Amino acid sequence: MSAPNSSFDPKQVANLQAEAIDAMVTAATAAIATATDLDALKEARLGHAGDKSPLALANREIGALPPAAKADAGKRVGAARAQIKQALEVREKELLAERDARVLIDEAVDVTMVNDRHVIGGRHPLTTLMERIAEVFVAMGYEVAEGPEIEAEWYNFDALNIPVDHPARSMQDTFFVESPDSGIVLRTQTSPIQVRAMLERTLPIYVISPGRVYRTDELDATHTPVFHQVEGLAVDRGITMGDLKGTLDHFATAMFGAGIVTRLRPSFFPFTEPSAEVDLQCFVCRGESVTDSSRPCRTCGSEGWIEWGGCGMVNPRVLRAVGIDTDEYSGFAFGMGIERTLMFRNGVTDMRHMVEGDVRFTQAFGLEA
Amino acid sequence: MRAPMSWLREFVDIPSDQSGRDVADKLTNRGLEVEFVERLGAGLSGPLVVGRVIAIEELTEFKKPIRFCQVDLGPEFGGVRGIICGARNFQAGDAVAVAPPGTVLPGDFTITARETYGKTSDGMICSERELALGENHDGIIVLAPDVAEIGADAAAILGIGDEILDIAVTPDRGYALSIRGIAREVATAYDLPFRDPGLELVDLAAPSADQAPLPCAIDDSEVCDVLTVRTIVGFDPTAPSPLWMQQRIAACGMRSISLAVDVTNYVMLETGQPLHAFDRGLITGTLQAGRAKPGETLETLDHVERSLSPQDMVIRDDSGPIGLAGTMGGFATEITDATTDIALEAAHFIAVEVARTARRHGLSSEASRRFERGVDPLLAPYASARAAQLLIEYGGGTYVGMTAMESPIDVTSITMSAQHPGDVAGTPIATEEVIARLTAVGCDVTGTDTLTVIPPSWRSDLRDPADLVEEVLRLRGYDTLPSTLPMAHAGFGFTRAQRERRRVGLALAGAGFLEILNYPFIGEFELDALGVLADDVRRRAPQLANPLSDERPLMRTTLLPGLFAAVRRNLGRGATNLALFEIGSVSHWPATRTDIDWPDLTMERRPSDEERSVVETKIPMQYQSIAAVMCGELESSGWWGAGRHADTFAAIATAQRICSAVGIETTVQAADFAPFHPGRCAAIMADGIVLGYAGELHPRVLEAADLPARTVAAELNLDAVLFVGVEARPAPAVGTFPVAKEDIALVVDADVAAADVAEALRLGGGDLLESVRLFDVYTGPQVGDGKKSLAFALRFRAPDRTLAAEETAAARQAAVAAATARFGAALRS
Repeated sequence: MSAPNSSFDPKQVANLQAEAIDAMVTAATAAIATATDLDALKEARLGHAGDKSPLALANREIGALPPAAKADAGKRVGAARAQIKQALEVREKELLAERDARVLIDEAVDVTMVNDRHVIGGRHPLTTLMERIAEVFVAMGYEVAEGPEIEAEWYNFDALNIPVDHPARSMQDTFFVESPDSGIVLRTQTSPIQVRAMLERTLPIYVISPGRVYRTDELDATHTPVFHQVEGLAVDRGITMGDLKGTLDHFATAMFGAGIVTRLRPSFFPFTEPSAEVDLQCFVCRGESVTDSSRPCRTCGSEGWIEWGGCGMVNPRVLRAVGIDTDEYSGFAFGMGIERTLMFRNGVTDMRHMVEGDVRFTQAFGLEA
Repeated sequence: MRAPMSWLREFVDIPSDQSGRDVADKLTNRGLEVEFVERLGAGLSGPLVVGRVIAIEELTEFKKPIRFCQVDLGPEFGGVRGIICGARNFQAGDAVAVAPPGTVLPGDFTITARETYGKTSDGMICSERELALGENHDGIIVLAPDVAEIGADAAAILGIGDEILDIAVTPDRGYALSIRGIAREVATAYDLPFRDPGLELVDLAAPSADQAPLPCAIDDSEVCDVLTVRTIVGFDPTAPSPLWMQQRIAACGMRSISLAVDVTNYVMLETGQPLHAFDRGLITGTLQAGRAKPGETLETLDHVERSLSPQDMVIRDDSGPIGLAGTMGGFATEITDATTDIALEAAHFIAVEVARTARRHGLSSEASRRFERGVDPLLAPYASARAAQLLIEYGGGTYVGMTAMESPIDVTSITMSAQHPGDVAGTPIATEEVIARLTAVGCDVTGTDTLTVIPPSWRSDLRDPADLVEEVLRLRGYDTLPSTLPMAHAGFGFTRAQRERRRVGLALAGAGFLEILNYPFIGEFELDALGVLADDVRRRAPQLANPLSDERPLMRTTLLPGLFAAVRRNLGRGATNLALFEIGSVSHWPATRTDIDWPDLTMERRPSDEERSVVETKIPMQYQSIAAVMCGELESSGWWGAGRHADTFAAIATAQRICSAVGIETTVQAADFAPFHPGRCAAIMADGIVLGYAGELHPRVLEAADLPARTVAAELNLDAVLFVGVEARPAPAVGTFPVAKEDIALVVDADVAAADVAEALRLGGGDLLESVRLFDVYTGPQVGDGKKSLAFALRFRAPDRTLAAEETAAARQAAVAAATARFGAALRS
């Protein structure tokens, strides 16, 4: 501690003498020169240029000098500081260069070592594909409708213009709950969701309904008794079959790329009239394999088109069964199989891979099919 | 339905440059989907020659009788050749089809002259199957003597090269289950005239007056509105079917049986009218169409003795039922090789009744398929005249006459605006075109702005304007439809439940879990393996009447059996560490089933709200569940050191992670719940509701379900999780003043739950206590028997100031005091 600056005491300022300051500089440069790494240099910086270094302490004494001596002492301390600073900079550069050249290399690890400590999870590709489809339609203003998998027969068949004795009812082999005349079935299609949507929602209705459905097929490479469908339904004033075609074209483009369109072929479904099969233009060969026999296409079997699903204008009988005025409103509906879509879209060769729950299958898809 | 091109060409002059493929494309684009086009005898190359059998030498020294034949192929094909043949259905003088050496048969089989049975066989006498013309391999093909000149091209005679269109006929188009119906579509597609074989009444010789035809009667007009019977006597039961008829029947995928049966099948294929030939001599009294009587039985042609329901429609005579009407004839009155007098029945049966009868007996026949889909009600007398003519032409006999009964047939008339088809399509269609298209289909159209349309008799599927629109649009071509989009609708996006279901799935996938989609079928034995008690809600599983396997007839009430099966399958395929999850529907019956009857719903009106709610009470309760199962290492061991094995706490953390992913804070309580280890099971709670359970599986469950030791699992009611959540979560207060950290150790009885002590601290610590976290547990001599030491890290913070040391100390003391008061917790120094 310095005493009050009342009188000049030469003993108190011995540290500001030229010899003393030179000695400080010598000690500092020696310490800097002998620092072998950046940590040692940091030590040297603290010891010789820090707040508590001898030079800093000496500097505080300047105030105690008579005015005539102050300037000289100040100059000496300043010069010493500059000298030490320069020595530090030079040495720091040397040591940084050395670290870059040697130490970081010594610290190298083998980054190729297996690094699977944390398991990678994933979602089932059928789930992510259904989500992707739902997103496409939500972007068009649709909402996602849901319904029970164990369903009243009336919703699954009768309300869809499939009366008990209609041959179409045997087109779908149905699982019955409790007994064949219980009135309860495992839904054979996602269409009962459409009936529910039309009963529960207010017009206009734009819904997409992905879901699980059941038919009594045996599991093999191309069939599974439990599978997924997605259906779309639009009921509004002035809905046309052209709107259906345009919506399917947009869907195809969203899922399979610009320029991919659909083709409609007349068909039959009890709940639509007119009805059509939906074919998707082959997104791999774009139809070129049909005329170019040197480039056969595995995705479409060189047909140029891939059977994708069914569609049509909602049968006015179905609209009437849910109390919709068919003079004012019309609608379209379409549906496709998710498993089938995943098969041709992602090249799944065997339906069983989707249902057996082998982790290797799901893991390969991650979070997006 | 298989349709040979040659047969279609009889009724439409299809341009000769049009291949089966071309016709198939046209038909497919108009709604008759041609699945494939088959070429008869595809694979045959080289000559197939008509030969005449000159002599037959029977070789008897072999295991089966063999013939060595001398066959004359004419000078162009080397004259008389010796050919070995195993068939016996021919005799010297017959004309046969011979493949000489060098000819390649379908299946890439090259004929060579070869030594066999001690002779040189210099060619092959061919059967139907060897030429891929049909399934028949009972004998070789014997050609009709008048068509076959020696040395002529047998391939042409046999229709080789003819193309068969295989058409998947949709249930609405019954008329297309006939050459008549398909040819009509071909004619329309090419805009060519069509000769209708259905409405051409062939000339039959005037009925013989010597004998009366078999009388007939309709007993019940609800099952049959047209019944005709033509009687023929003096028929030669041994007369064979002509080869061309056999070939066409084979080409259509049916088997040739006898002339009488072949004729009925041939005419059915051609016109779509099913016919049945009875042995007239075996019928007593009047042939009647009606329903069966209680207790009656009938042996059908397939030799099945059937008990008849009074709802079944039958053909009967005075002795009782002799056929299931519209489905299958009776065995007792079938045509045999001794039948000389034939009663040929052709009728129109009501579609729904045939469907019900066929379904009751699990029988689907060529006839029932057609009646169910609608047969032209005017067709019966025409078709049976054609059949009678063929029977007499090829089997001789005398036509005795026809008896018939009919009820008035309703005529459908549809009124439709002429603009309607264009309005539906989204592009204007001229009235003239609408009328022209409907006329091409066979409709009778009158009117200009408003059209009155009477569909043709064979189109029972045309009932509504929408049906007519489809006819107009399909003939016009769906490729003419515009591609437009409806005006964008203002939707509300995904619901909260839909969004959060995704979040949960992503959270688990992010935590290393893989999603599985299992079949929802389980068995009682799987619930037994879980240790689920009889009164547990999970025992109230809905049962299938027709399960895929009798082992698993139930719909799942929990996702765990499916996940366990997936674990076993993956372990079996070499996996060792597994973390699997599933999100899916589970169901169960309510504790008491409703005794309210199903509402009487029809398509004629909208169901009332009350009716709809009754429907909901009749079906099982269904909700979304989420479950996870883990075994082996959750984090693998490796060069970095040891891994982390799945354990109870990992299972609990997983359940809590599911909830936190959707912003729900959960608490945990010890629980005893199947299938979990009673000492290692936690109930996951929020807002006082149990959302589900997590923990290690009971050792007995592991054994019964064949799972590895220490497998852990969790299952939550996902609908309950989403129910507890909120749409918009309140933001937390984030204090920026310094935190004061205090660690304390409390000694409590060993059976006190750590969560309860933490909760006491939280309550005692008041608002200043920001968080409480258990960081260590100690049991041992330093705390004494029956005690444990719980070390907690407490963090204190005030929202508006830096806490003074005294404030922190006071809050800490209050926290400890609360724990002491509730659990006698002693502060360890």
